[in-house]
Amino acid sequence: MRGFSYERPARLAEAVALLQEKGPEASVLAGGTDLIIRLRDGTLTPAVVVDIKRVEELRPGIREERDRLVIGATTVMTDIAAHPLVRRQFSALAEAAAVVGAVQIRNRATLAGNLCNASPAADTAPPLLVYGAELVIEGPGGTRRLSLDDFFVRSGVTTLQRGELVTAVELPMRKRRMGSVHLRRTRRRGHDLASVTLCCGVDAAGVTRLAYGSVGRRPLLRQDETGVLADREAREASRSALLEQMFAQASPSQKSMRAGPDYRLAMLRVLGWRALQTAIDRLKQG
Amino acid sequence: MSETLSITMTVNGRRRTVDVEVHHTLLDVLRDDLQLTGTKECCLVGECGACTVMLNGRTVDSCLVLAVEADGGEITTVEGLSQGGDLSALQRAFLEKGAVQCGFCTPGQLISAHALLKENPHPSVPEIQEALAGNLCRCACYEQLTDAVLAAAEEQGK
Amino acid sequence: MRVEQVGTSPARVGGIDRVTGHQKYVADLRMPGLLHAKLVTLPCARARLRAIDTRAALGAPGVRLVLSASDLPLPMPRFGPQWEDRPVLAVDETKYHGEPVAIVAAETKELAEQAARLVRVDYEELPPVFTLPGALAPDAPLVQDPSLRPGDPLANTNVLREHRVEWGDWSKVTAEAVVENTYTFPMVTHFAIEPHAFMAAPDGDGIAVWSSIQHPNWLQKVLSKILDLPLSKVRVYAPDPGGAFGGKQHAKLEPIVAFAALRAGRPVRLVLSLEQTFQAVRRASCEVHVRTGLRRDGRIAFQDVRADYLIGAYADIADRVVGKGSYPAAGPYNVPVVRIRARSILSHTTPSTAFRGFGNPQVNWAVESNLDEGARQLGLDRLEIRLRNLAHKGDAFIPFDTPADGDWAQSVRKAAQLIGWSKSLPPHRGRGIAVGIKSGPTTGLSYSVVRLLADGSVVVFAGTSDMGQGARTVLAQIAAHELGAPLDWVAVVMGDTAIVPYDQQTSASRSTVLMGNSVLHACRSIQAQLKAMAARLHKVSEAEVEVEEGRVRLPGRELPVVEVLKAGLGAMGGELIGVGEMRKDADPKHPLRGAPAFFEFNCTAVEAEVDEDTGDVTIVKHVTVSDVGKSLNPLQVTMQDEGAAIQGLGHTLMEHYIYDERGRIRNLGAIDYRIPTSMDLPLELHSEAVENLDGPGPYGSKGMSEGALLCVAAAVGAAVSEATGVVIRDLPLTPERVWRALRDRR
Repeated sequence: MRGFSYERPARLAEAVALLQEKGPEASVLAGGTDLIIRLRDGTLTPAVVVDIKRVEELRPGIREERDRLVIGATTVMTDIAAHPLVRRQFSALAEAAAVVGAVQIRNRATLAGNLCNASPAADTAPPLLVYGAELVIEGPGGTRRLSLDDFFVRSGVTTLQRGELVTAVELPMRKRRMGSVHLRRTRRRGHDLASVTLCCGVDAAGVTRLAYGSVGRRPLLRQDETGVLADREAREASRSALLEQMFAQASPSQKSMRAGPDYRLAMLRVLGWRALQTAIDRLKQG
Repeated sequence: MSETLSITMTVNGRRRTVDVEVHHTLLDVLRDDLQLTGTKECCLVGECGACTVMLNGRTVDSCLVLAVEADGGEITTVEGLSQGGDLSALQRAFLEKGAVQCGFCTPGQLISAHALLKENPHPSVPEIQEALAGNLCRCACYEQLTDAVLAAAEEQGK
Repeated sequence: MRVEQVGTSPARVGGIDRVTGHQKYVADLRMPGLLHAKLVTLPCARARLRAIDTRAALGAPGVRLVLSASDLPLPMPRFGPQWEDRPVLAVDETKYHGEPVAIVAAETKELAEQAARLVRVDYEELPPVFTLPGALAPDAPLVQDPSLRPGDPLANTNVLREHRVEWGDWSKVTAEAVVENTYTFPMVTHFAIEPHAFMAAPDGDGIAVWSSIQHPNWLQKVLSKILDLPLSKVRVYAPDPGGAFGGKQHAKLEPIVAFAALRAGRPVRLVLSLEQTFQAVRRASCEVHVRTGLRRDGRIAFQDVRADYLIGAYADIADRVVGKGSYPAAGPYNVPVVRIRARSILSHTTPSTAFRGFGNPQVNWAVESNLDEGARQLGLDRLEIRLRNLAHKGDAFIPFDTPADGDWAQSVRKAAQLIGWSKSLPPHRGRGIAVGIKSGPTTGLSYSVVRLLADGSVVVFAGTSDMGQGARTVLAQIAAHELGAPLDWVAVVMGDTAIVPYDQQTSASRSTVLMGNSVLHACRSIQAQLKAMAARLHKVSEAEVEVEEGRVRLPGRELPVVEVLKAGLGAMGGELIGVGEMRKDADPKHPLRGAPAFFEFNCTAVEAEVDEDTGDVTIVKHVTVSDVGKSLNPLQVTMQDEGAAIQGLGHTLMEHYIYDERGRIRNLGAIDYRIPTSMDLPLELHSEAVENLDGPGPYGSKGMSEGALLCVAAAVGAAVSEATGVVIRDLPLTPERVWRALRDRR
């Protein structure tokens, strides 16, 4: 690993100022489960590594604030997967967080980090998209909020501007009940990167939201408001057609080692259908 | 450009102050600076778990933690598991149940098992398998590892 | 004092260090003045080396040494267990992705790494061959210089050698069904959790070398020749390897590290990264064409097997793997007419080497699968067809070879019973049952020394490598049993060629039999000395004394060994020393230069469920039964069998190298090369050992530890076929590949 200088800001304003000053020469260190690998293999060579874990305002934690669940930027997957509110209200997020790597990785990997790395295969992205997550971003110009769907551009690239830092992920507490599930395809049952990662949510008004990743440059969110997908009694042909439409923009890599494009597209359909059924079941169970 | 920082950690109950290069990992510092070679180096990408230690009460892959991140932290390595020169129940169970073959993954397995039993004193078989999933064993002692953790849980429960 | 009996499962000898973190593997050793080494390699499969400029590297901070081919003796020293073809460093051409071109030694690992990046290699990438068709094409570039095989008609091809085994009379063959198919077995790597590590230091006028090597004495010979030093001046230390599975049998980088240490005048250590180990060692992939002739009642009329093994750029032990692994390809059956042709084919890839199973798993996958196909065609039960053809104990099932040495049908029936062979199955589930044999050692030489010390404690010197299989424990158990010492009073010294007498090698599951018998003989020698001692002390004739299992029997009394010993040694003390030799000489008339001392036999039965939408294969139940003669340590036998079974699931379900179009390995490292984790186990795994006390080892034991891997793939493949109605002939059976096979059938 090449050398760099290490900063450990204690306050958010300090961190922002540092990132603003250094721009692309700085890398943010949260959990490190992605960054350290890249520092070691030389794909990232920052002059400065900014460790945000000691920033006072960024202490890890999950709290309910008005009608939102607020997940602090440095909150790790283990805590997200175990939190009773997450498990109750946003169960697919708990499911996804529980399969990011193995225990050792989950004890370090942060939700914000998972999103900022913008891997198309990030498992937490599909549930967050389905749940309408918003990011709270702090920058030189102050605080702004951004829908997660507007955050991802392509692999490794987000709309985060120079000097900006994600400080929290907020999930609106739903007024309508929703049944949801996270599913993924891997090469073995043990920990693995996903070849397809998918979340489906069906709410009490019959709206179906489906988000998926690892089949294109970024995770995608689709929605069906006709109520047909959510309706078990509707004609299967109609439901299939609607589901197909949701996958129209999937563009799996032709050269990936992990899975061939035809397999990914087929599994998208298989998982999509299974997730839909499960989401409907869970909505019914309440 | 090798910036150094003086850090202080409590390692296996002992306060250690070390001058570390900021780009060195906790694994590097444990093995090379503190001569605690029980923790092993293998994949260096957080997949195999050979480098597993406990940091502030949780298991981590020490190859993915910069030593400076552990400043002020509390670390347990395999060397810290025996109590006053006696093997712990877990260490004894590993030996008795045949959960040790070549032994290279053993330190990491012990730490993961130790952490599991602290949080969940009576784990089920699936819970054990999940807790140890991040520790690869190519000798594939997996069944014996599960037996050992069950045995240690039972003994500790008494 | 309690006498430890063989057949019990005491805790592993030497286990305490492994659970306390005090076990010192090569990478853990401290050495004052140590220099850290890094290799320089090229990012391509094959290249012509034009020039290597080491000046910048030599000038880098902390660097003490940089060696490339021009710094080594001319002509470049070469080594290898079969042909001396592997250069100490690449000269003129690199022949596989990762072949070392230079070595840098510096004061720290980091400085060495930085300096290695400064070595400028002027090279021209050349087209490699890395597939069978590529290597066999008429205009294929030759991997090996023909002058290395003078007079060999194959020298101008990439076929290193062709092995032919035939018996029976083709003119008399009748078969009502003929099944002909081609099967493939993937390229996989050992992935021991301890990456290879090597250290060397000048030692007076000689050299000391530390290596995670399975064959310390063999390494000593190689280094002695390359460095032009007498054996007595080459000391090889062999700390327990952190997993080996065959990948650490033969010299790989010890020679270059030794040169570096001698040149630098200081200790030098090289530790490979995990990625580099994938480039250093692997199993040969194989394409097997099988033509099986069957009678209507299921008797095998003939087997015609053609196996092409794709080996690497240097022979290592790969051709032996091909010859020894393929000759029993017709299986543990009585087959009247057999023709086996196996070829080892060179390629610009990682040199393949020994790997648990030694060439058998590849042909087993094909031949057992083909037998299942035959059974299906004839409407016969796949268990019955095997029982019908299985050799009986004493049958010369391979005419020129050791006869069948076990009641193999017993293992098969046991496995069938445990899997519930005749029970009905729910949809999407299938069962498979397969058998495998592997030949044990064909030659061997193991010396041991046992010392019975004055207080009754024992030291055993044995050159076996304990890489996890528990050799140290078993050898200690034998000594404890024979000399009446509690197990924790037995110390075992291994891994130092200066102290421990000669052992040829640790491989082919030989050590319980060969080294075990050697230790037993050493103990017998001590027992003879005790007999003489007792006779003298008690004034009886030696004929009236019996020494057995730690007890001395005299007329009218029985005494523990230690009592006779103490009285016999007297006030001056001392010890009794026994030397054991276990030798299996070569038989030049045998195609393998010797018939095996025993066979490992295993029957594996599997029940699997297939999710046809995703291709996921779930092993619901996995039963493995091995014929072991006697379990000297039942727990260790279970550990080896279950470990081998799970390792076999690796190449069956998930492991394979992925190459790019330029012959470079894409999935180096742990993220994209998948091996079984604790979450990938069969839902139920059950192992059993059949013990008929019919082995040549101590107390009727046979060697074991490879058997349970041999036929995993065939058993799983058959289960998948039954579950889905689709036969897949290429491993691994990943979800995607299974899905694709199912999709293609529609």
